[in-house]
Amino acid sequence: MKTDINPITGNVNMARRSFLRYAGAGVATAAVVGVTACHKDRVIVNPGGTSDIGSDDIGILNYAYALEQLEAAFYTEVVAHAYTGISTVELNYMTDIRDHEVVHREFFKAALKSNAIMSLTPDFSKIDFSNRTSVLATAKAFEDLGVQAYDGAGFLIKTPEYLTIAGKIVSVEARHAALIANLISPGSFVPDDQVDGNGLNKSATIAQVLPIANTFLKTKVTAKAFNYNG
Amino acid sequence: MNVFNIIEEIEKVDPEVYERLNPRRAAIKNITSFGSKVAAAALPFALGTMFKKAYGQSSSTVLDVLNYALTLEHLEAAFYTQGLAKAGLVPAANTSYLALIKRDEVAHVKFLQDVITSLNGTAVTAGTYDFTGGNNKGNGPFKSVFTDYAQFLAVAQVFEDTGVRAYKGQAPALLGNQVVLTAALGIHAVEARHASAVRKLRHDLNQDANTKPWIVSTATLGNDTGVAAANANYAGEENVSQGGVDLVAALKVSNAIASASFDEPLTKEQVTALVVGSFIVTT
Repeated sequence: MKTDINPITGNVNMARRSFLRYAGAGVATAAVVGVTACHKDRVIVNPGGTSDIGSDDIGILNYAYALEQLEAAFYTEVVAHAYTGISTVELNYMTDIRDHEVVHREFFKAALKSNAIMSLTPDFSKIDFSNRTSVLATAKAFEDLGVQAYDGAGFLIKTPEYLTIAGKIVSVEARHAALIANLISPGSFVPDDQVDGNGLNKSATIAQVLPIANTFLKTKVTAKAFNYNG
Repeated sequence: MNVFNIIEEIEKVDPEVYERLNPRRAAIKNITSFGSKVAAAALPFALGTMFKKAYGQSSSTVLDVLNYALTLEHLEAAFYTQGLAKAGLVPAANTSYLALIKRDEVAHVKFLQDVITSLNGTAVTAGTYDFTGGNNKGNGPFKSVFTDYAQFLAVAQVFEDTGVRAYKGQAPALLGNQVVLTAALGIHAVEARHASAVRKLRHDLNQDANTKPWIVSTATLGNDTGVAAANANYAGEENVSQGGVDLVAALKVSNAIASASFDEPLTKEQVTALVVGSFIVTT
């Protein structure tokens, strides 16, 4: 099953991206401090590292935790450096979404306790946070990816309570996804690249989702128990 | 009944369905070539057995969930069909917007009918509806539903949010079922997209300036629609305790943020009480 997700939309600066990829740990470390300054206690500077989500339900919860970390870090940046010309309504939306994603992240961290994967270091070098088009395109990619990830992993969950919690979160992500789509283009809340002819939201496997998420992460996430070795 | 259509439909969701049903993939795929009446007659039974083996659920459990979902999709499809057909109700600027939602609800009806029929079940038929919520008297709490656009959208919002809650409540009954659970989650997410879109319409039309695309509850009231008659549809949305973690206490966030971060499920009994004998007419 092919995924239609293309997260590299908007203003992608390939030259800058390539530079950062080869610039090494010095640049990466500087970027980390900027992104996660308000959570110094949890920063793990490990720009070349990988983290495996583990197996069974713990693995799925860590998978969700990884994606929520990515989203929370993204919207934290969006709100901290609001794009040029942002309206009050849009800033309020972005702030709400940031708060939801931070709640999701912290919930998984609290629930997983010592089983939680490390705090991941994002790589947002290809996002122009001053540009509305770039920010909203990335937001749409993240939200659509999140919905497809939760929907695609649901059947792997073995504990009913965890499945219910995943369901409680995925509908909020779908609400976000529809809003962001409507902000980009009014009336695009059920786009063909996300909803099939039966009116079903598409879903994606862990092995499809993580390579996309990893393009926005310095800490690479793997899922060896779910056929993704990185 | 067309067994092979359903397996093909399922294969779109679950590419490994043949392997799941029978590791001897070719044996299943080539069953069409048997051509004998005995094989054809045995197929429905065999299919049910195969599903049970493959997914560990009785087909009656799965069919119950699917028919419950179909009952709600019939209701929603009829609501948007009637609303869009009512001259002067929906402003031209919103017609295409609502037509997309209608398209999806109609597609959900057809999809669920096909799946149920192909599983050798009997799909429930559409009922008689009173969208005022008056059980065929036309004098329920939403008397102006097809004459007052604001009320129409308010009812739409309540239906969508309730639909999200209804699907969510059925997920545990489909635990581990890659085909049906994944399909149900796919509809669930689309209902949530609709809910977000209707809520934004209401906000943008200044029908309710405080409406967000997500459900923002207070500490004591789940319902954020401003429609008191819908309080029961939002009962429990004010919950801020998830998996034993009190989000307000542990994360120092407001009830508004904690409640909006998670949507809550409703049981089949709760949803039935909300729609049957009011919107779905009983004699």
